[in-house]
Amino acid sequence: MTIHDTLFWFFSFAMLFCGVLVISSRNPVTSAMFLVALFVFMAGLFVLLEAFFLAAIQILVYAGAVMVLFLFVIMLLNIQANERRKFRRLGLLGGLIVAGAFVWELAIILRAPIAAMVPGKAGFGGSLEAVVKPLFTNYMLPFEVTALLLLVAMIGVVLLSKKDLK
Amino acid sequence: MITLNHYLWISGLLFALGIAGIIIRRNLLVIFMALEMNLNAANLALIAFSKFNKLVDGQVLVFFIIAIAAAEVAVGLAIIVALFRRQQTVSVDELNSMRL
Repeated sequence: MTIHDTLFWFFSFAMLFCGVLVISSRNPVTSAMFLVALFVFMAGLFVLLEAFFLAAIQILVYAGAVMVLFLFVIMLLNIQANERRKFRRLGLLGGLIVAGAFVWELAIILRAPIAAMVPGKAGFGGSLEAVVKPLFTNYMLPFEVTALLLLVAMIGVVLLSKKDLK
Repeated sequence: MITLNHYLWISGLLFALGIAGIIIRRNLLVIFMALEMNLNAANLALIAFSKFNKLVDGQVLVFFIIAIAAAEVAVGLAIIVALFRRQQTVSVDELNSMRL
């Protein structure tokens, strides 16, 4: 096994293990910590897939900004850990059935190896220029619309946090 | 040899974990975290396809998904905080009426 394969198995299993711990932890703060670890292992998988710019963005935005926001809100609301996890039996059964059905479908779909679509354009890469150049040429409209969406989200958050709408 | 199918399996398993988390857990914040896991699973699938088909469009789409997911988390958490101010709970068992 090459180093590449070893790192793939390590990052994948660590990520899935953290995922299981996220959804099964009693304390929301513990879940948030394991989610941060999941994002870091995911960034490792991005690097293995040669998407270097996106690995850095994943760490900066997801593990750095989104999870900090989550932890602020958890601390603000002062959520107590459940003393006794009141799992509804039906909910647990339903969740396992749905997840099991999804994995079964996945096994059916991924039975045959998926072939590459096109020979591949020149200029493919995971570096900053390769990802950002289409952003300013082909995908200019989604870029501007996303900027507008961020503005709308910001206004919405400020409005939702007002105590009284005077 | 790690093929595209390996990455798609990992992405699918992470997505299944996210769905299981959304259905099983009763705490709104943990449900929201499981939702973020779903989005990350989709990101992994997109980047895997982008590498194995040698097209950069998958990575550009992931760039947009990360930006929009950050905005979504901000708005979702603002809603959760406003809800907590009214009802003093974040358990979906008790948040079962639309009464303000």
